Amino acid sequence: MKVIVPVKRVPDTAGEKKLDPNDRTVDRDGVESVLCPVNEFSIEEAVRLKEKHGAEVTVLLIGPDSAQPIVRKALSYGLDAAVQVTDDAISGSDALGTARVIAKALESMEWDLVVFGNQSADARTCLVPAAVGELLGVPSLTFARYLEVNGDEVVVHREHEEGWDVVSAQLPALVSVVEAINEPRYPSFKGIMAAKSKPLTVKSLADIGVDDGAVGLGAASATMYEFEPRPPKSAGTIVDDDGSGAAAAQLADWMAEKKFV
Amino acid sequence: MGEMLVLIDHNDGQPRKVSLQMLSAATKLAAEAGQTVSAVWLGEGGADAAAVLGEHGAAKLYHWDSPDAFAYVTLPQVDALEAALSASGADTLLFASSNHVKDVAARLAIRVDGGVITDVTDLAVGDGGRLHATKEVFGGDLITTSKVADGKVALFGVSPNAFPVEASGGSAPETVALDVTLSEAATAAKVTSVEKVGSADRPDIGEAAIVVAGGRGLGNEQGFELMEQLADVIGAGVGASRAATDAGWYPHRYQIGQTGRTVSPTLYLGAGISGAIQHRAGMQTAQHIIAVNKDAEAPIFQIADFGVVGDLYKVVPKLIEELQTRKG
Ligand SMILES: Cc1cc2nc3c(=O)[nH]c(=O)nc-3n(C[C@H](O)[C@H](O)[C@H](O)COP(=O)(O)OP(=O)(O)OC[C@H]3O[C@@H](n4cnc5c(N)ncnc54)[C@H](O)[C@@H]3O)c2cc1C
Ligand SMILES: Nc1ncnc2c1ncn2[C@@H]1O[C@H](COP(=O)(O)O)[C@@H](O)[C@H]1O
Repeated sequence: MKVIVPVKRVPDTAGEKKLDPNDRTVDRDGVESVLCPVNEFSIEEAVRLKEKHGAEVTVLLIGPDSAQPIVRKALSYGLDAAVQVTDDAISGSDALGTARVIAKALESMEWDLVVFGNQSADARTCLVPAAVGELLGVPSLTFARYLEVNGDEVVVHREHEEGWDVVSAQLPALVSVVEAINEPRYPSFKGIMAAKSKPLTVKSLADIGVDDGAVGLGAASATMYEFEPRPPKSAGTIVDDDGSGAAAAQLADWMAEKKFV
Repeated sequence: MGEMLVLIDHNDGQPRKVSLQMLSAATKLAAEAGQTVSAVWLGEGGADAAAVLGEHGAAKLYHWDSPDAFAYVTLPQVDALEAALSASGADTLLFASSNHVKDVAARLAIRVDGGVITDVTDLAVGDGGRLHATKEVFGGDLITTSKVADGKVALFGVSPNAFPVEASGGSAPETVALDVTLSEAATAAKVTSVEKVGSADRPDIGEAAIVVAGGRGLGNEQGFELMEQLADVIGAGVGASRAATDAGWYPHRYQIGQTGRTVSPTLYLGAGISGAIQHRAGMQTAQHIIAVNKDAEAPIFQIADFGVVGDLYKVVPKLIEELQTRKG
């Protein structure tokens, strides 16, 4: 079985995030970049498919040269190879543009199953996996809290507000996973060392058959044209409890005054 | 006169609250843009809900009365919406910005050459009647305005509680049965069962006007029983921090934060939660914030409108009593 794990580079979730006022894309100079934390769960699931089914796993990342350490980081979990699509024309792509690049890259690769994260920690659109599914004409079983491959069938528990749906499809298929699916392990020292020499293929848009004009800021289907920081909040009322819980009465008064009771 | 479509998200035959919020907002926007509002109901039960949809502004109802809508993953709904767009000639659709519906919108956008803006908190009519969407990014640190490129079908995922529910008192809408032929691909991924494990009487945190959330400070799983008691006194939904869901004290689907869900209730109450940046990313757009934490330095107090520095096991039981007395 061949598995592909698309991963994203995102600004560190603990850092302060900024937009570049010129092109309104994420300003990456000020904050450290990391492997999207949600992808730690998709990678872990792929590693389990390796262990259980002998899957061969390839990392896929759409992003500039400077994102290469993130590709190596993904490989350090014990994955086999990587493809990175790097092209100046990709800059400023929205979720659907990114999906177009991922779909074309996938068309140029061999795979049975693609394991996405359900969302990226910065954009958080959740749009990419389903959009890729539509572009490729394959099922997208998203928000998996449980995943199982039986022969050429994949079964997923798709999380929703009230619980989950049990769904299944034949391979080839796409899935996206939520954090609840597993507990990611850390890369081993051996994995980190081996990642340095794992095959990494860098492709341009032309290599995967995408027109420059089809992606990037200019082709974005949705554009942001204004942004402002959230207005600061005025200081609240803070009361110290005396250890008996009596301060709850003041809180209840406040809630009543605001008509929450 | 053009039509603005609102995809009705429903559960057990009832429109969810967010659907009535979307209809209420669409009614005003459509009036300003010289359009009318049409609701779209996929799956069984649309005709029965017609009256309530009309009361909230739907002039027309497109419905697809078929169990197929939810028998397969995502695609039947995409097929049906494509039919609704072509029957109505609409170029704008509002949908509930929840996970499964975002998938439908993503696929629809690819199919009809549309653009999608998710997690919208406000909408305004701009030039040429096109809608402009407000959306908060980076966990609510920035407020942005975006629009879908001209000439493309505009799909807006609306956050719960972004708009008030306002009945316009309209009469029952004209109903139009959609003619949907499922594509072969649509039946490729089957839904074999639906597991509903959430509480039937407690609102979901996505929709609830009040959300109470518990964190590591609860110390154990039983702590959530206390949070549920508190929730039930004020009709709240119950959420959790990642520390609590990771510990297995509460299910992951109730995790609030950057890698969990975003809630924007009118009131959020966090107990035993420190207010890490990743948690704030999922709740700081709440209108009012209450924090109960024994550490006066906990960052959650910086964004709290009302904070109690104290032991939650003393404060919360007392709060339940006090609230019960006030309710009479
Ligand atoms: C990539 C990434 C993504 C993340 N995503 C999320 C996310 O989606 N959601 C999320 O919540 N977190 C997320 N986190 C984790 C986040 O950084 C924090 O670790 C987490 O929110 C802490 O949860 P907590 O506040 O419950 O626990 P703690 O930070 O340990 O805080 C517990 C608090 O309880 C208080 N306390 C203890 N006992 C009592 C008592 N008896 N009475 C009153 N107060 C008490 C303590 O003073 C303390 O402030 C993420 C982290 C990373 C790195
Ligand atoms: N630039 C990218 N390169 C590779 N994969 C990506 C990229 N952007 C998003 N993805 C994948 O799509 C998933 C969902 O992201 P999103 O739809 O942006 O919230 C992520 O978890 C990744 O698996």
